[in-house]
Amino acid sequence: MSDIWTMMWKESKDLLFQGGWRSLIRPLFVIGIMGIYLPLQLGPQWVDLTPLGMLLLLWIPFFVIISFIGDAIAGERERHTLETLLASRMPDRAILLGKIVATVVYAWGMGILSLLLGLILVDLLRTQGNWMFYPLDLFVDALVLSLLVGVLGASAGVLISLRVSTARQAQQILSVSTIVFVFGVTFVLRAVPANVFSSLNYSQFLLIVMAVIAVLDGILLGLSLVSFQRSRLILS
Amino acid sequence: MAGPIIRTEHLSRFFSTVKAVDDLSLEVPAGIVFGFLGPNGAGKTTTIHLLLGLLEPTQGQASVLGFDTRTQADEIRTRIGALLEFAGLYERMSAEDNLDLYGRISHMPAAERRARIKELLTHLDLWDRRKDPVGKWSRGMKQKLAVARALLHHPPLIFLDEPTAGFDPVAAATLRTDLASLVAREGVTVFLTTHNLTEAEKLCAQVGVIRQGKLLTVGNPDELRVRTGGPQAEIVGDGFNDQTLALLRERPEVANVALNNSHLTIELRGESKIGPLISLIVKSGGEVEEVRRGKASLEDVFLTLMEEENT
Repeated sequence: MSDIWTMMWKESKDLLFQGGWRSLIRPLFVIGIMGIYLPLQLGPQWVDLTPLGMLLLLWIPFFVIISFIGDAIAGERERHTLETLLASRMPDRAILLGKIVATVVYAWGMGILSLLLGLILVDLLRTQGNWMFYPLDLFVDALVLSLLVGVLGASAGVLISLRVSTARQAQQILSVSTIVFVFGVTFVLRAVPANVFSSLNYSQFLLIVMAVIAVLDGILLGLSLVSFQRSRLILS
Repeated sequence: MAGPIIRTEHLSRFFSTVKAVDDLSLEVPAGIVFGFLGPNGAGKTTTIHLLLGLLEPTQGQASVLGFDTRTQADEIRTRIGALLEFAGLYERMSAEDNLDLYGRISHMPAAERRARIKELLTHLDLWDRRKDPVGKWSRGMKQKLAVARALLHHPPLIFLDEPTAGFDPVAAATLRTDLASLVAREGVTVFLTTHNLTEAEKLCAQVGVIRQGKLLTVGNPDELRVRTGGPQAEIVGDGFNDQTLALLRERPEVANVALNNSHLTIELRGESKIGPLISLIVKSGGEVEEVRRGKASLEDVFLTLMEEENT
């Protein structure tokens, strides 16, 4: 566990918060849109966690993750830091999980912070009535789904990053894969007979979605761990 | 530890038809700087990768600090320090953070880490720049920092892969001086690969010469000079001609003669007297201005070994 923490510390120093104040531009931009602009536009509707709010909470951390994660292994290889890291005692799992967890926490944290900021803003601007909070079940669903989707993006990113030689290449493949994935999911959902959906209530449907994403997370994480072979990485 | 700190037995690594390391049997005793010499592509870096357990050998076996490289690579990597082909520093992080990271990786307690980082950076005159991002540093400073990183957790053995490669002579000399002083102070065994023979001559108690994956010879530099080069005389002057060379080659005490512009290099068999040879040169019409006696340099030894291997 301490090794994973060390890798997270390193990722935060090297990648996420490098470059002084400039490193704050990206999170401030995301939080500004999600946590200030949209809540101000939607007003009390924002707190209902409308489909738009849920979708934003799912997708924005996901896009933040895929904009970083391609650099995870390929970037280290390009900057010639990977060989030294591999020659250290740092276990394979800690290197991989540290990178994944650091990126997911960063992006997920941004999502949570935006939700809380939006809530406070909407409540402050309301002049009457009690303080509002998001519907608790929707809020928890959103957090869990957002986490699962984030892990999906990070695991896929690391897996691609392990297999290509440059961060840019990883980024390109990841972007194309995301588009293919989104279209694939849409196609599959359209192919399912309508009576299947009508026979499910909201909770059942959400549970199935979460289970499918969790299984995909597990598969991609497992593949990443299997693909992380020091001898192969040294030779590449 | 008793016995050699590194031992390889018939260690080989092939990449399809290329024999990167071929039947390497070697023992490196503890407490010395061991130089692993060879031209580019000789198999030096692959040997380090094999010793660190980063590559599986195709044949043979190796142990480092008593641990098998195939089955106990984690134990090896926990105990050694390494400066590989590239400095491997995180350029967006400060020097202090770079060292702190590897201290954390080695599970050093925070207070010990801080004290050790200060000690090493102060010794290398880098302490005042510790907060700078490493990307703003010169190459020499980065390399010194990478040496400090390798020594951070007090390893008994460090691997240095061509630490001065690509440096100008002044920067290389400075790094060598710092390296020698650190190594002496820390009492650490060093496995140093290089193709810089001056470096090997200055730093190494023992050297091994490798070419095309094969170990050609091992010994201390003096032994190798005697074994391969022997004593020699360098004569500076004018009027040396083919007749001079032919006369010298007929002498029983002369092993070899080479003429390079106005420099005549005579390799001698044993500790022969040089006087009769000078007389011979003068009689054949040569004008002698200066005579220097000496041993073959490690470079001569190296070149001789390479030539022998070619023939």
